[in-house]
Amino acid sequence: MEETFEIELTVNGVHRTARAPARRLLSDLLRHDLGLTGTHVGCEHGVCGCCTVLLDGEPVRSCLMLAVTADGHEITTVEGLAGRDGTPSPVQRAFQECHGLQCGYCTPGFLCTVTALLRDNPRPTDEEVLEGISGNLCRCTGYQNIVASVHRAAELLAEEAR
Amino acid sequence: MKPPPFAYHAPATLAEALDVLAAHGADAKVLAGGQSLIPLLNMRLAEPGHIVDINRVAGLDGVRIVGSEEDAQAPPGGRTGGKGVRVGALARHAAVERSAGVAAVQPLLPAALRHVAHPVIRNRGTVVGSLAHADPAAELPAVLAVLGGTVEAVSAAGRRTIPAADFFTGPLESALRPGELAEAAFFPALPPRTGVAFTETSRRHGDYALAGVAAVVGLDEDLRVSTARVGYLGVAATPLVLDLTPRARQAQDGRPPGAADWSGVAGYVRDHLDPEPDIHAGADYRRHLAGVLTERALRAATADALDRAQTPGVHDEAEW
Ligand SMILES: Cc1cc2nc3c(=O)[nH]c(=O)nc-3n(C[C@H](O)[C@H](O)[C@H](O)COP(=O)(O)OP(=O)(O)OC[C@H]3O[C@@H](n4cnc5c(N)ncnc54)[C@H](O)[C@@H]3O)c2cc1C
Ligand code: FES
Ligand code: FES
Repeated sequence: MEETFEIELTVNGVHRTARAPARRLLSDLLRHDLGLTGTHVGCEHGVCGCCTVLLDGEPVRSCLMLAVTADGHEITTVEGLAGRDGTPSPVQRAFQECHGLQCGYCTPGFLCTVTALLRDNPRPTDEEVLEGISGNLCRCTGYQNIVASVHRAAELLAEEAR
Repeated sequence: MKPPPFAYHAPATLAEALDVLAAHGADAKVLAGGQSLIPLLNMRLAEPGHIVDINRVAGLDGVRIVGSEEDAQAPPGGRTGGKGVRVGALARHAAVERSAGVAAVQPLLPAALRHVAHPVIRNRGTVVGSLAHADPAAELPAVLAVLGGTVEAVSAAGRRTIPAADFFTGPLESALRPGELAEAAFFPALPPRTGVAFTETSRRHGDYALAGVAAVVGLDEDLRVSTARVGYLGVAATPLVLDLTPRARQAQDGRPPGAADWSGVAGYVRDHLDPEPDIHAGADYRRHLAGVLTERALRAATADALDRAQTPGVHDEAEW
């Protein structure tokens, strides 16, 4: 029998535990062990960005991290971006408003990446937006509406802060 | 696309990590940022028996400015105790890229880091891991090589300092021995009246480069080009350094400061490189790219050197 480890995480503000072998990827722990299937998995080698989650607030690839390495840390997935009452976050509203998604496969990764991007840089230039999302692939939208969504989200966040 | 089974170790101290590495030798792999190792595991291109996850080892994430100004002027290779940037094994690309102290002491580091993968990958990947991984198309090995930096290796048997020229031994191969951990890397400071530039060509922004160039140009007291060292990625099995000083002096000859003629240098570089073709680019195209990029990088590094030499205060960073 393969050795298993007790893994404790705070996911979207909730304390969660799971028992898994060391080779369990964080993406799989979230999806299979914790049932949080909002985090998508496209390539499992770091290229597509679908699986991006926030680790202690910083966006990382959950497919390139062992779940045991994340033990004791705080994770935010796409399920944790909305308010407690389910109100979509400004970033989520902007993507909806600007049609920043079509099939939605890439969207969880974009939402997590952009949430951190706008926290660090509330008024990004076009170039900074492109650099910020350069590690996320979308096969549907052609990116124009995603870039527009990021700028719109910056506006919504600024309004909310007022 | 899942990792194969392995025995997992998460030491809390360096001593513990070295004991585990000593016990398992070549069957153990260090896990740092995982941005290269986990893809290899997922694709089952690597099947180590033991993974030594160093993410819980305290004290490895430091990014420190060390040494004195005089030491920075020692020749490359003789600078291990000199002024420079010491990057610990757990310092992430992003932390080094954002450090104002690093940018002031060795601006080639942030310039190159902007080309390493994407911001999200840089949040996890480590500078030292990138050196240990020794991908011939990676940016940081070429930076360490052109600057004449070193890697500090430590094992249960002791420690040693490995000069960049000896560290990269082949594609994805370094001089690290089984049981050894790279504890830190040292990047020498930029000497006065010196400028840097980093440029590369890749198929998509953030991809590994087809070819890339890291240039360091030094000026004499009359602000005329006096030295030029260039590091290449993607054109050989290991990072390649060319000392272009004689060509640089020729380029400057008979011209005022800031007006060196670099047009002949591309041809010279093309004649001295012998890249391997692969599915991304043929040998001729890589050779061509290296020539064009060299000319661009030398021009930019010269402008950077003039800028630094003529802007007092840029170089004496009082507050890191
Ligand atoms: C999509 C994508 C794009 C990328 N693009 C680029 C790019 O353009 N340029 C580039 O340079 N890199 C690129 N990378 C790789 C990235 O920079 C890695 O972070 C880096 O190569 C390895 O650092 P790491 O800390 O993640 O190492 P790991 O993946 O943890 O380890 C890599 C190797 O180094 C060994 N190792 C790591 N640390 C140590 C140590 N302290 N002592 C001894 N051995 C050690 C490991 O055992 C392993 O063999 C990319 C990665 C991805 C996923
Ligand atoms: S699934 Fe993680 S980057 Fe593609
Ligand atoms: S919306 Fe379909 S992949 Fe982006």
